[in-house]
Amino acid sequence: MKTSVAQRLSAAGTANALELRGITKMFGALAALKDVTMTVQPGERRAVLGSNGAGKTTLFNCITGDFLPTSGTVRLFGEDVTEFPAFERIRRGLRRTYQISLLFSNLSVVDNIYLACRGVSRARFSLIRPGVDDALMATAEALTEAVHLHEFMNSPVAVLSYGQQRQLEIALALAGAPRFILFDEPAAGLSPTERSELVEILLNLPEHIGYIIIEHDMDVALRVSQSVTMMHNGQIFKEGTPQEIESDPEVQELYLGGGNE
Amino acid sequence: MVVVENYNKTPPPNDGNRGAKGGWLSRIPTAYWVVGFIMLCMPLVVTPFILFQIFGWALILGMIALSLMFLGGLGGMVSLAQMTIAVCAGYMVAIFGDSAITSISLGLPWWLAVPIAIIVGTIFGTLTGAIAVRTEGIYTIMITLAIAAAFFYFTRQNYVIFNGFSGFNGVMPPVIFGIDWHNPTPFYYLVLFIATLAYLLVLYVSRSPFGLALQGVRDNSRRMAALGFNVTAHRIAAYTFASVIASVAGILLVWQNSQISPGTAGIGAAIDILIIAVVGGMRHPIGPFIGALIYVILRTFALDILVSFGMAGERFQLLIGIGFLIIVLWSSDGVLGIWRSWRERSSNINKLTGEKMDGQS
Repeated sequence: MKTSVAQRLSAAGTANALELRGITKMFGALAALKDVTMTVQPGERRAVLGSNGAGKTTLFNCITGDFLPTSGTVRLFGEDVTEFPAFERIRRGLRRTYQISLLFSNLSVVDNIYLACRGVSRARFSLIRPGVDDALMATAEALTEAVHLHEFMNSPVAVLSYGQQRQLEIALALAGAPRFILFDEPAAGLSPTERSELVEILLNLPEHIGYIIIEHDMDVALRVSQSVTMMHNGQIFKEGTPQEIESDPEVQELYLGGGNE
Repeated sequence: MVVVENYNKTPPPNDGNRGAKGGWLSRIPTAYWVVGFIMLCMPLVVTPFILFQIFGWALILGMIALSLMFLGGLGGMVSLAQMTIAVCAGYMVAIFGDSAITSISLGLPWWLAVPIAIIVGTIFGTLTGAIAVRTEGIYTIMITLAIAAAFFYFTRQNYVIFNGFSGFNGVMPPVIFGIDWHNPTPFYYLVLFIATLAYLLVLYVSRSPFGLALQGVRDNSRRMAALGFNVTAHRIAAYTFASVIASVAGILLVWQNSQISPGTAGIGAAIDILIIAVVGGMRHPIGPFIGALIYVILRTFALDILVSFGMAGERFQLLIGIGFLIIVLWSSDGVLGIWRSWRERSSNINKLTGEKMDGQS
């Protein structure tokens, strides 16, 4: 199952960033995902929309390896990672943020990011403290700046506001050399100002970094994505450009005008 | 944390575990000087009995509890097998080194027997960890307790290697540099030196990548996997690290008692280590040593206290239990927690930031 380094390197240029083939996830008798097939190009930015319970977060969990899909395959940059544990996928350039912030509340902001940087580099088991000129620590500090958390660098995560915790979530996903990021409702609970900051952060990401974003706020979702996938009841319901999706009558019926969002 | 040195606007940290290149001597908090001075001068003041039986024993038990604090406080894994790991190493030093049971003991010199004992103890602890890390919370406690119980009964029934019920006696610390290390004063300094080393090591490692990652695993193991960490491997490595400390302490324990038997690793003893760590506090490596001192003092003097009040001496366990109950009821983090909340109240420190309220927070 393991692919050689050469295969991985050559695959990176040609293969799709993400390829899902017939992903089904059963929770007992409930099919959270039914035969989901999706292809995302390298550098592509895609929004996944759908009402609550449509299977969006389950899809993310299957991609990152938090859950094993009941059937189907997940390919990441051409490599079959279906059986890989989560940390192996992360080390291959996949990142994700969580809908509900999963942070290390007893550690400081910079330590949170430092851990994220350390997770995808060597010497994860090092017993030597990072020195004053530690490169990873410098990267972590730079990242606090990128997400506007520099002044809270040494504060424990517990003192951050909700919006700041969401920003820290994003910083964790940007650590290391991400190639593909899954954003799970990054704008949830943010103020209008924070939302526009978020849009700015997403639009300023380097071009080679592709992502999938789950977002209920259509203003955010459609502004930061090039393509849109609509999900409904665990299945892909429609795919298209933001304009097509926005003007699609069925979509409007189900999601925009349906009024049960 | 070393990062702060880059940014002079942050005030110098005050808790001593933050190394710096310049002027590190001046960064050592006053409390360390005071405690260090008292500990070093102890032999001049107290009787050999107190030196050997109270402080020697407390420091050794403190080290074993320290290994539990490392697992529990930093890693969120409560292991009841730490005493067992210590005793396993203790047995090894008796089996490979010298004891009165010459038919079993191999009589290797100490510089061979001690490393072998530490290695065997560490392997045993790592295997224990490899089994235990697949479970969480109460199940970890149960599995490690089962391992502790199994070891206890195995050593009691095995006469070929462990000499069964009576174990080994006459296990003496070696005579090095012409000093008999079994004498109270040298032994006290030996234990004090090693315990201090273990304490500083845990303090240092808690801020290393490994220690930080371990705290990450404690706070949120799923997120750690989503950051590229192999959580299982990290947990097992934590057991390995803790086992080294426990093994060293186990050897000292055997040298102090000059004997080892299955009872040393009984279920009661295994639980006592948990009590020591909980009573002292699991958030800082000094906690286990405080807890051990309280435990040893209660254990040694409870009987006399009861008798002096005209009660039956054999009820000393009751007194110990009440003492622990009071401390645990008072604070969720043992004596350390009481100390911390008292300090916060008296100096108005913000609970969340650890900064003074009157300043910018």
